[in-house]
Amino acid sequence: MTISVESCGGASGAAMAPDVSVMGEGVLKAPVQQGSSLRDRGAGGKRRDILDLGFEWLTRSVAFLVLMVLVGIIVSLVVAAWPSIEAFGPKFLVTTEWNPPMERFGAVIPMYGTIVTSLIALLIAVPVSFGIALFLTELAPVWLRRPLGTAIELLAAIPSIVYGMWGLLVFAPFFGEKVQPLLAVTLGKLPVVGKLFQGPAMGIGLLAAGIILAIMIIPFIASVMRDVFAVTPVMVKESAYGLGCTTWEVVWNVVLPHSKAGVVGGVMLGLGRALGETMAVTFIIGNTNFLSSPSLFMPGNSITSALANEFGEASPGLHTAALMELGLLLFVITLAVLMLSKFFLARLARGEGGKS
Amino acid sequence: MSTLTSQIEFKNFDFYYGKYHALKSINLSLAKRKVTAFIGPSGCGKSTLLRTINRMYDLYPEQKAEGELLLDGQNILGREVDLSVLRAKVGMVFQKPTPFPMSIYDNIAFGVRLHEKLSKAEMDERVEWALRKAALWDEVKDKLYKSGMGLSGGQQQRLCIARGVAVKPEVLLLDEPTSALDPISTMRIEELINELKNEFTIVIVTHNMQQAARISDYTAYMYLGELIEFGETDQIFVKPEKKQTEDYITGRFG
Amino acid sequence: MQLRAKRKFVNRLALALAMAAMLFGLFWLVWILFTVVKLGVASLSLDLFLKMTPPPGSTEGGLANALVGSGMLVVLGTFVGAPLGILVGVYLAEYGQHAWLGKVTRYVNDLLLSAPSIVIGLFVYAIVVARMGHFSGWAGVVALSLIVIPVVVRTTENMLLLVPNTLREAAYALGAPKRTVIMWVTLRAAKAGVVTGLLLAVARIAGETAPLLFTSLSNQFWSVDMNAPMASLPKVIFDFAMNPDPFLQKLAWGGVLLITFGVLILNIVARVFFRQQHSH
Repeated sequence: MTISVESCGGASGAAMAPDVSVMGEGVLKAPVQQGSSLRDRGAGGKRRDILDLGFEWLTRSVAFLVLMVLVGIIVSLVVAAWPSIEAFGPKFLVTTEWNPPMERFGAVIPMYGTIVTSLIALLIAVPVSFGIALFLTELAPVWLRRPLGTAIELLAAIPSIVYGMWGLLVFAPFFGEKVQPLLAVTLGKLPVVGKLFQGPAMGIGLLAAGIILAIMIIPFIASVMRDVFAVTPVMVKESAYGLGCTTWEVVWNVVLPHSKAGVVGGVMLGLGRALGETMAVTFIIGNTNFLSSPSLFMPGNSITSALANEFGEASPGLHTAALMELGLLLFVITLAVLMLSKFFLARLARGEGGKS
Repeated sequence: MSTLTSQIEFKNFDFYYGKYHALKSINLSLAKRKVTAFIGPSGCGKSTLLRTINRMYDLYPEQKAEGELLLDGQNILGREVDLSVLRAKVGMVFQKPTPFPMSIYDNIAFGVRLHEKLSKAEMDERVEWALRKAALWDEVKDKLYKSGMGLSGGQQQRLCIARGVAVKPEVLLLDEPTSALDPISTMRIEELINELKNEFTIVIVTHNMQQAARISDYTAYMYLGELIEFGETDQIFVKPEKKQTEDYITGRFG
Repeated sequence: MQLRAKRKFVNRLALALAMAAMLFGLFWLVWILFTVVKLGVASLSLDLFLKMTPPPGSTEGGLANALVGSGMLVVLGTFVGAPLGILVGVYLAEYGQHAWLGKVTRYVNDLLLSAPSIVIGLFVYAIVVARMGHFSGWAGVVALSLIVIPVVVRTTENMLLLVPNTLREAAYALGAPKRTVIMWVTLRAAKAGVVTGLLLAVARIAGETAPLLFTSLSNQFWSVDMNAPMASLPKVIFDFAMNPDPFLQKLAWGGVLLITFGVLILNIVARVFFRQQHSH
């Protein structure tokens, strides 16, 4: 049948949608032949309907609860942060001082740390993820695709506390001894950019935190990229190959433009993860609220690490409120990034729907 | 034909998918304990018509029916009709086997439990009865508590017939029940239909002309949502009254 | 000819870089797992499982209270979060597919899925800990269940949508009411996927630390009182790893080994289970 029932919508709103039967009423002049009537079987029939309705309302209320969690998070953070919002106003966003004893708080240092580490992470993770997705969709022999894909996904399964401890005790010392001196004598000698790679090589700091973050978000970006690459119609790819294109030319000129929106969505998803990552950053970033040089070798603080380190010991009052405001800030920024991610991914899906 | 009791009657029956007028003013009477086949090209509305008899369309808010559809003289289109009771009286088997993800026994008992409270012994008896009716008992009696998903395609389809029969309906709707099966399984199902018509009114949709000719007593030919011709199967296939019917049958038969 | 050579070279270079990226990814996985095993195995002993976390200065102790605390938090968090998540998944797939509440809930759920878990901790601190006036195991359970819910919602909805509509129709055709169709047929048909989602959710919260920092906090002593602060493995690792005491660091490595392999095994089991159930 050309008009398949499946294509006319799912089973939604189904059994209890009484709106279908407005017609055909009042014509029940039936001589009942078999004694059994098709009408509601008295109380029994009604009770079933109530149970059914009850179940639907149960699922609906729990769904509503999920909405309320989001609203609740925002409201409770605003309420808890209010003393700080009242005390500092918009100045909170441009104040570099974070001084609990003097009760003066500004978000610049932690915001700087969050943004810088996330950018470093993206700078590393995006090209690497692209390479991994390219390898998994076009290059790897079919039997290797699943195990390798799983291995990369397992990077996302490792708890962030493990990244943190490993980063602090294994990676940072190695990084400080071997890699940072190397960076200092190479990139550090460049004009302008060189300023970012100077200073004492301590291992921990903004750069190390950014690198660990990169490893943590690679699986997220790579898996989105792999999935969106896979939706490029085979016919389009084959016609490009048919023209004599190399694998790289097909990916760069056909697959990538076709899945552009999805790639951006994946990158945004990774960014959202990086911004909110807590434990790994807390271990490695160095946790200092003073920033004296633009060097990425310097320790710093991020919103999440400030929360993890200070919230437990913060005195009630302005300090707690200021931390809550940091949390609110983080939540709002992350939500915005995630919404962008969803916007781009939905655009890819819509484009696909239009073409098929 | 007039001597037969009619069990299902469509009177000025129309059907819509949203704005699309899928069935146009159908008037049709189906005889009790006979096999009626709906035939016609894809998209003609034969499946749609079948699915109105148990009000399957109620699952989809944008679909609606108008006119009258009588089951034992009672209009079943009204909103006061209890669908659960209606569907206990009208069983259905689908194009592809649809065993539920549970044991063979529970597959059969599932429907029965909805409508009757039986003791364990009575239920055992009912399950065996239904499986025997579907000519499946001998093949599955040793693995009643194994998953129904493990059976072959043909066995699964007979399981679905047994599941429908177990509720003791009056009408069985079969929507292309053999289109996903191999020829041997198809033959067994056809034999089964022949048996079952002694107890049930059977309505079958099929795209296979030979099948319609082999198993049905009456045949309805449909085209573009209209009922073109209806009559005894022998007559429809041997000397159809309408040119359209003849063209379709000669094109696909023979 | 020159042009073709150049194109070939670019292609080779790009593919080589792609392979290098793959190796780069695997390199970290191997390095991390290698050190975790090397340093973790060294601290494995019966004491690790049987003794309490040591007081400062002591050189004897284990992670018993943290292991039990983590177990209780994870199990209870799953018990609270999973049924709620399944109900929401059912609503999205079976009732609210096109309703405004369904669309909005799906959207919000996706946001919560990737929202920073430390913010969940702050939220639960504000609504539970601040109200009750003290940290507690229950607060930790609430925080973890809020992380479980979005994971379970997503997998449950996806898996229910994979169930063919004909199966639903077959159940309705027998006269079954909708709740029976959902609970006995659709959810059962999607069981493998839903269980996989649960396993992944458990794996996720087993390693979560940030939402526990301000909710269940930690507890130096043996305690199974859900109304009191409760020790958990990730939090203990956090505290000990930051501590210069080598014995505490050794214990932390033991904890890291347990948690890493627990989580990885859960992940692999979930995948294998899902694949097996869907292969026939």
